[in-house]
Amino acid sequence: MRRDLITSILAILVFTVVLGLAYPLATTGVSQVLFPGKADGSRVEEKGKVVGSSLIGQDFKADPRYFQSRPSVTGYNPAGTYFNNLGPNQKDLRDMFRDNIAAYLDLERPFNPGLAAKDVPVDAVSTSASGVDPHISEANAAIQARRVSETRGLALERVQELIDDNTDGRSLGFLGEPGVNVLELNLALDRETA
Amino acid sequence: MTAQGWLQIAFYLVVLTGLTPLLGGYMARVYQGERVALDRVLGPIERLVYRVLRTDPARQQDWKEYARTTLVFSALFFVVLFVILRTQGIHPFNPEGFDSAPWDVTFNTTASFISNTNWQFYGGETTLSYFSQMAGLAVQNFVSAAVGMAVLAAVIRGFASRGTKELGNFWQDVTRTLLYILVPLSFVGALVLVSQGVIQTLGGYVSYATVQGLDQTLAMGPAASQIAIKQLGTNGGGFFNVNSAMPFENANGFGNFVEMLFILLIPAALTATFGRMVGNRRQGWALYAAMAALMVAGVVVAYAAEANGSPAEKAAQITGGNLEGKEQRFGIANSALWATVTTDASNGSVNSAHDSYTGIGGSVPLINMMTGEVIFGGVGSGLYGMLLMALLAVFIAGLMVGRTPEYLGKKVEAREVKLVLIGVLFVPLGVLVGTALAVATKYGAPSIYNSGPQGFTETLYAYTSQTNNNGSAFAGFTGFVQPNAPGNVGAFGITFADLLGGVAMLTGRFVPIVAALAVAGSLATKRTAPFGAGTFRTDTPTFVFLLAAVIVIVGALTFFPALLLGPVVQGLTTQLF
Repeated sequence: MRRDLITSILAILVFTVVLGLAYPLATTGVSQVLFPGKADGSRVEEKGKVVGSSLIGQDFKADPRYFQSRPSVTGYNPAGTYFNNLGPNQKDLRDMFRDNIAAYLDLERPFNPGLAAKDVPVDAVSTSASGVDPHISEANAAIQARRVSETRGLALERVQELIDDNTDGRSLGFLGEPGVNVLELNLALDRETA
Repeated sequence: MTAQGWLQIAFYLVVLTGLTPLLGGYMARVYQGERVALDRVLGPIERLVYRVLRTDPARQQDWKEYARTTLVFSALFFVVLFVILRTQGIHPFNPEGFDSAPWDVTFNTTASFISNTNWQFYGGETTLSYFSQMAGLAVQNFVSAAVGMAVLAAVIRGFASRGTKELGNFWQDVTRTLLYILVPLSFVGALVLVSQGVIQTLGGYVSYATVQGLDQTLAMGPAASQIAIKQLGTNGGGFFNVNSAMPFENANGFGNFVEMLFILLIPAALTATFGRMVGNRRQGWALYAAMAALMVAGVVVAYAAEANGSPAEKAAQITGGNLEGKEQRFGIANSALWATVTTDASNGSVNSAHDSYTGIGGSVPLINMMTGEVIFGGVGSGLYGMLLMALLAVFIAGLMVGRTPEYLGKKVEAREVKLVLIGVLFVPLGVLVGTALAVATKYGAPSIYNSGPQGFTETLYAYTSQTNNNGSAFAGFTGFVQPNAPGNVGAFGITFADLLGGVAMLTGRFVPIVAALAVAGSLATKRTAPFGAGTFRTDTPTFVFLLAAVIVIVGALTFFPALLLGPVVQGLTTQLF
């Protein structure tokens, strides 16, 4: 028993120093050398100032000149994340969907005549898990493209080209789902029409 | 459902199966003290560790000594981790100046990480300093996993023993597990994750104005190093509150695949380790087959249910499946697969919000845990749990044909069966008692978020997850109230949920450990009977089927009445609550 206690105390010290300090600090050092941008959060700069991260979605406040991110329950907060957590059979969830659909149709229908609730892509009206999903589906982007094209006076074909340029495909061609990176697409649009 | 989705699920299974004998064989060499390629580099370090610990790795322990060392070590580490988390305010690496969480939340968190559960009532980026994450929690991610694997190595030696009562040396098993398996895999894994976009820095949080001029702050931290071991060691405790749904924790499709592979990699490979150590690889593959069959059944149901969509979506005329609480880059297939494998293993990390899964889709993770975490299960703990199930299966088969049951040539007699039943039934009992206490008294109510059957399911899920040491959650369920203020000002815990959950995690971990070691100690001293014409073979499809059936009957049917009240109600109706 006494021997167990002594060895345990020594082991706790050794393991804490090696696994709790040496291992993460060594990983940090190597990561900072090999992948400096990614290790620091893939920050995106515009005119020398950080305006976001290519992995983190942000709020475009229903500004018609911009593509809109997926709904977020956290107000797009990457420093205080939580899930929406509404269950599949909750009236509150149905009401949230209805509100999101109404808002989406208000914004898009003037540019997409005849757009109805059943045509709205599910990613456009459901909250993401992280609250900062950087992507929207290609179908969602195709609907928003008409609005952006008209409000910016940019040819629809050009907008579609920019969408394609800023779509993250499946990794290795088959892992994950493709998604349009909203922040990078909007920055590309700003550069195009500046 | 799409062909793309099924392809990704099939690819996952192929890669996992392919790596099982490779890693499993390597781990068998590590536990049998044979030469491995890393000896040249790690051998001197290993010997240095023994010198510093002032312990002789050649000293053999019987099951009682092994169990005592396990318990003493874990108990002391519990005290140390509790103190680290409660004194967070005075430590370095705390750029946001976070104060400690309240004592009851800290008790729950400490129990959670010591027991390899990683249930989280706290949110990492709003509660913990980098020091607490690294020196407190990341250490336990390694150590609790190593303890589980060490106990398994001892249990296997008992099954394979030829009449001696010695099961190995705890310190040697833990040290070799860490040095030769967990640290190298984690280090390489962490770098792969950083290359995909997972963060790894000691810099403070970054604030800026967005394109629309809004304030946004990026939480930073040494995430990748912890995420690699959180996945590999079936820990599951996220660096961020939303775990691997957060892009900084899980950046893209490839990174997601790696993280998912890491969940099952070691638990699956340990079946091959077992086969080699008992001298019959088919015995390992039989266990693997039973596990894989139950896993595939789970993912098929979960994917189909989620692709079909939820009643709330249908009421709002939405088509396209249940993407609520899921990320676009993973889609439904990778979310359903992750939810299945993270609860097959007692990992519990998530890349989507389980609380928002459909009734049937959400019942898959719940039922997976209810099997007692033996469908691969936790590193070490899954396989020693599965071996108890295998003994139960041969016992039931023996009853049917009227012969004394044998497993690997060892007679399974009254003493072993009693111990097996303690190991197998203690955890379900803990789940049901915990859930009953929470829903039958007023103290469980403050933790519940959703109304109606979903609220009951949240409670059932919470105690199932904690007692089985999984750690995933229907995350509406809360034990920590933390107003949006820096430094945890005004935060308080929900004492009942924190304490009951903490006790559930500790007992759910250590009672089965002692039972499994006792069974191994009992089997170790038995003579091995020669293989004969009347021997019931345990490396055939018949046994695989029997084993899977016993798991479903014992594990899942215990909970049938409870399941009816929650997920089944929701899965069979379109009623909204």
